Amino acid sequence: MDTNPLDNASPGHGPVVALFVTCLADLLRPSVAFNSIKLLEQTGCRVVVPLQQTCCGQPAYNSGDYESIIPLAKQLIAALEPADYVVIPSGSCAGMICHHYPQLLDGDWRDRALQVAAKTFEITSFLSDILPIKRGHRAAIKLPSVTYHDSCAGLRELGIKEQPRQLLQELCDTELSELPQTEVCCGFGGTFCAKMPEISAKMVHDKVHSAQTTGATILAGGDLGCLLNIAGRARREGVDLEVRHITELLCGDLDGPAIGEGE
Amino acid sequence: MEQHSDTFLENASKALGNKAQADIRDLLGLFTPLLRNAAVDNFEHFEALRHHVKRVRQHSLDNLDHYLATYEQQALKNGNRVHFANSGDDLNSIVLDICQQHNAQRIAKGKSMITEETGLNDFLQRANLDVMETDLGEYIIQQAGETPSHIVGPALHKSADEVRQLFLQKHDLGERELDNTEDIVGEARQILREHFLKAQVGIIGANALVAEDGYSMLVTNEGNGDLCANLPPVLIICTSVERILPRAEDATAMLRLLVRSATGQSQTCYTSFYSGPRREQDVDGPLETHIVLLDNRRTEILASDYREMLQCIRCGACLNHCPIYNSVGGHAYGSVYMGPMGSVLTPLLSSLEESNALPNACTSCGRCAEVCPAEIPLPDLLRDLRHQETVEKITAPRWRIGLKLHTWLARNPRLYHWLTGVGIHLLHLAGRKRGSFRKLPLAGGWTSQRDFPTPQGKTFMQQYRAQRKQS
Ligand code: SF4
Repeated sequence: MDTNPLDNASPGHGPVVALFVTCLADLLRPSVAFNSIKLLEQTGCRVVVPLQQTCCGQPAYNSGDYESIIPLAKQLIAALEPADYVVIPSGSCAGMICHHYPQLLDGDWRDRALQVAAKTFEITSFLSDILPIKRGHRAAIKLPSVTYHDSCAGLRELGIKEQPRQLLQELCDTELSELPQTEVCCGFGGTFCAKMPEISAKMVHDKVHSAQTTGATILAGGDLGCLLNIAGRARREGVDLEVRHITELLCGDLDGPAIGEGE
Repeated sequence: MEQHSDTFLENASKALGNKAQADIRDLLGLFTPLLRNAAVDNFEHFEALRHHVKRVRQHSLDNLDHYLATYEQQALKNGNRVHFANSGDDLNSIVLDICQQHNAQRIAKGKSMITEETGLNDFLQRANLDVMETDLGEYIIQQAGETPSHIVGPALHKSADEVRQLFLQKHDLGERELDNTEDIVGEARQILREHFLKAQVGIIGANALVAEDGYSMLVTNEGNGDLCANLPPVLIICTSVERILPRAEDATAMLRLLVRSATGQSQTCYTSFYSGPRREQDVDGPLETHIVLLDNRRTEILASDYREMLQCIRCGACLNHCPIYNSVGGHAYGSVYMGPMGSVLTPLLSSLEESNALPNACTSCGRCAEVCPAEIPLPDLLRDLRHQETVEKITAPRWRIGLKLHTWLARNPRLYHWLTGVGIHLLHLAGRKRGSFRKLPLAGGWTSQRDFPTPQGKTFMQQYRAQRKQS
């Protein structure tokens, strides 16, 4: 058990940031978490990864099983609350903690949920609005052209729109071309994509093809759910599209295969 | 109307396979939000008014008894007859009775979602009455034997050419081209005019009921509502109890939101307030007017956790902005109400068991709630319905139990990290070359339509724990 969260924090004097890795990054794309740590440390934060974390419970919650995720929510709140900030490389998981946990819990636990919610940020918003990351003397990271997919939860629950674009501008040297209908969902929707695969397929097909019309080489985004969906569909349709999480771009970590690509 | 929401997935699949219809939907999905957004952006008071109207709607619903009583009193004073219909069948019978009392054969109908909800047309036609829809969109789908695909634009799913073919086939008017929309509309107008003049009863809906003066408000773009209301000797207004608002100015405030949200106009072409039958000094108007107020489970909804749904002003913006509605179209929902508002209302008005797919037809993208002028938290209500499905064990067991298992595992971090560590490592080894899987056990829903990206390597937690041990 992590009793003292500072135990595994990186050294220094900055604020302690608990990274909630998210289950998708943990299982499918650890580089998102490693890059998040790197970025946070560049701003002088001391990063800790509480070991009592797994998943925020969205799959069950969105399917309507409120009761069984209450203990999971409490477990995660308890794991995250000792830190000064909580940072998450996903808009939907951040939205879950910021908006849905407080709605789900009562009494003392609601207060604790609200306190955690108040210091929880999606990573691009943390790196822009809370502790802005600056390029300083480092050279800008040269990237091929990029288009950015706004995840619905990030966009509408957390108001994340400009932040990832600003960060790309600050840290990277690239051309950003916007998706047509960028505010339209990619069809992921958690369990939706498995419950209603045909409808979801129409939506993600549209998204893959709007990405193609931008002419961009890379499609980046802040939510792995969307990115796995888009990359998986691009692979299925044989569309050449390099799909990556924004943290990979901001660290210039483009050596490994993109999402869904072979070694 | 007959409900087919139990076959939502099959309906949707069929709709997705129809390329021509899908193209129309794509176009509508692109343009209707643009129209709405332009209208809202040009109206600086939208947000403030939205908030205000929501509070007025909530206040009206909180005091529904009071305002309904006031409305009834005022409406009676104006010479109307007021009927309360508990169910759809009740409404249909009341309307038929009135028609029969007047030996009416011909009925001219304005657009009304309430009468769609109760299936009034079929009911009257079974009693051998000649009912003609006079809103162009409604007229088109009536001729085609279809149901509305949209609550505001019932025939939006039809192309001009389809309408042309339909008219050529249905109207016995000899040789003609009808090769432009003006001619098509002109022909409908000609036919409808004749019907208006001969109709003995007019039936319309209402966008709002004003308690303080007992008036009802109706907006249309074609003026057909006014012809239905003023030409036939008998007028029946069919609407539902939650349309009530305290004052006329509340109705006009609501109207400013409604038209911008619905069609992107700043004003509809016709806005009418109906007070009651013709008075002595009036030159025209109906001789007798009835108002039929439908409940059909609305008071139940009012007492439930879904009461916010009654704030709906039927603008259709949530449909226009819903990626699922735009993918499958309104008919797939198999109900009078479709899109996000329909997926909430249909289970509440019928049964959750039967329409259990509808609350799941949502990615929680939130676009509907963002534009809803009544500030209804549609995604939350849909999720609450899914919660009810879970509690009532309507959700398929493989989902219910599978997700419970996942949540249970997630509550045991050590076990979770160990088990996922083993599983993910194996997946990585199996799929690293190709980078993704075309098929994966237990992920059939996912892999039926898209590849499953291979995990990058060991899980983060495995790597992180190993790093910590070393240091
Ligand atoms: S739910 Fe809101 S957006 Fe949808 S029709 Fe009703 S008022 Fe309009």
